[in-house]
Amino acid sequence: MSLELILFFVLAIIAIATALGMLLSRSAVYSALYLVVNFVSVAIFYLLLDAPFIALSQIAVYAGAIMVLFLFVIMLIGLETLGGELNWRQLVWPLAMGILLLVQGVFLVIQRVGRDVYIGQTGTQLSDPSLMARVLFTDYLLPFQVTAVLLLVAMIGAIVLSKREKSNQEA
Amino acid sequence: MDWTLFLEWLIKSLIVVLMLLVGFAYLTLFERRVLAFMQVRIGPNRAGWQGVLQPVADAIKLIFKEELTPGQVFQPLFTLAPIITVIPAVVVAAVIPWGPDVELFGRTIKLAVADLNLGTLYVAAVASIAVYGIVLAGWSSNNKYAMLGGLRSSAQVISYELSLALCFVLVTLMAGSMHAGEIVEAQRGLWFIVLQPVGGIVFLIATLAEVNRAPFDMPEAEQELTAGYHSEYSGMKFALFFMAEYIKMIAISAIAATFYFGGYREPWFLAGTWLSVDVNWWLGPIYMLIKVTALLFFMVWIRATLPRMRYDRLMAFGWKVLLPLMLVLVFVTAVGILAEAWWLIPVLSLAAGAVAVFLVNQALTKKWQRR
Repeated sequence: MSLELILFFVLAIIAIATALGMLLSRSAVYSALYLVVNFVSVAIFYLLLDAPFIALSQIAVYAGAIMVLFLFVIMLIGLETLGGELNWRQLVWPLAMGILLLVQGVFLVIQRVGRDVYIGQTGTQLSDPSLMARVLFTDYLLPFQVTAVLLLVAMIGAIVLSKREKSNQEA
Repeated sequence: MDWTLFLEWLIKSLIVVLMLLVGFAYLTLFERRVLAFMQVRIGPNRAGWQGVLQPVADAIKLIFKEELTPGQVFQPLFTLAPIITVIPAVVVAAVIPWGPDVELFGRTIKLAVADLNLGTLYVAAVASIAVYGIVLAGWSSNNKYAMLGGLRSSAQVISYELSLALCFVLVTLMAGSMHAGEIVEAQRGLWFIVLQPVGGIVFLIATLAEVNRAPFDMPEAEQELTAGYHSEYSGMKFALFFMAEYIKMIAISAIAATFYFGGYREPWFLAGTWLSVDVNWWLGPIYMLIKVTALLFFMVWIRATLPRMRYDRLMAFGWKVLLPLMLVLVFVTAVGILAEAWWLIPVLSLAAGAVAVFLVNQALTKKWQRR
């Protein structure tokens, strides 16, 4: 067993354990922290796939910016712990869909066992930021721009929502 | 992987970590002496010659202090928070080059722990992680003052992180690379602070906010929040927060020196003489040390000079002044590079800075007149 494979399995166990911890934790703060560890372990997966740019972006954007905002909001609102018992009836549909997804995933993995793994871009291209930028701004320009517009819409939506609340208070 | 490479990494990491720890101890003394000098006092000068043993005495005191853990805190986060605060502060220094490539024992050694070709992005990623320790310390203390300190700090760091990230974009644009070593080499002859003066100044302001130093030391504003996020900490746990703050100061000064002040390179007027780093490689770390010390002196100087800003003004300054200014600067720099007119960048940069100062002045005057 090579070093990389051992690393992969250790990371995989950490990623799954933290994902489960995020779902099952009764405290919102601990949930968010489990998610941070999950993001970091996924970032290390990207490193193993020779994609340091994506790995560092993952840490900077998700583990850094977004999760800090999550924690900020959780602490500000003060909804730290979930009260009462777990309501299993509410969980039926999400659980059914989750199990379906799991079955699908396992099926796909079994189907592909033994075949060569193929990743769209080769590793050298993903590690060089200028080459990656070239691919992003030529071949994938449309998806890139659409994502940018999507984020802009979300931002404007947030601003509109906060503005409306304020004007209501004044009136 | 051969064992010599492993040994090389180990030695380099050890040197950097030890430098940071010793630097932390003597930075406290340096700060106290410089502050005392500026306030016409004497400062600590009793332990050893000119107080050189003062950090040792402080360390012994902190180790032997009683460590209180209040009953209402949330374990284990209360214990983990100081550790989470220290780790990013130490780790961020890994990409900073301390000198040019060196031939030693028949092999080329790079004087940086991690020779990463994504240096600026790495710094941004680690800096964005650094806020967790403070937030968690504030929350797990289960104390309103500590909590408010943690919340203020996270809001402040998120706000100034945007400007800081755009400063990294500027450096990447001007150097044409994200690699810290290549950024230093690109500043041969012309430092980026000269090429992009306003960008460098915004970088220094944003770093002060990022490490919670005066005049942006909101999270620990004594009059409002007692001691902020570390109100409930004592003994070594408190010392760890203290240590993280000073190590961050050193690391961020080293980053500023690397990105805007020519890194380990000699000043332009020494190029070609025997004081050049190309002739004597061992001058690299010395130049770096001089530049880092100068920037640390600058930070202490600012602390002695400026009063603390009010919190809402701090946020307004970050979002309404620094961020738009940085966006303009990125645009201007890109235009200068595309037009291949390097003289255009400092001219437009200074013009943008002047417009920003004028607009802020205008707004403040109007506010004052309305009153």
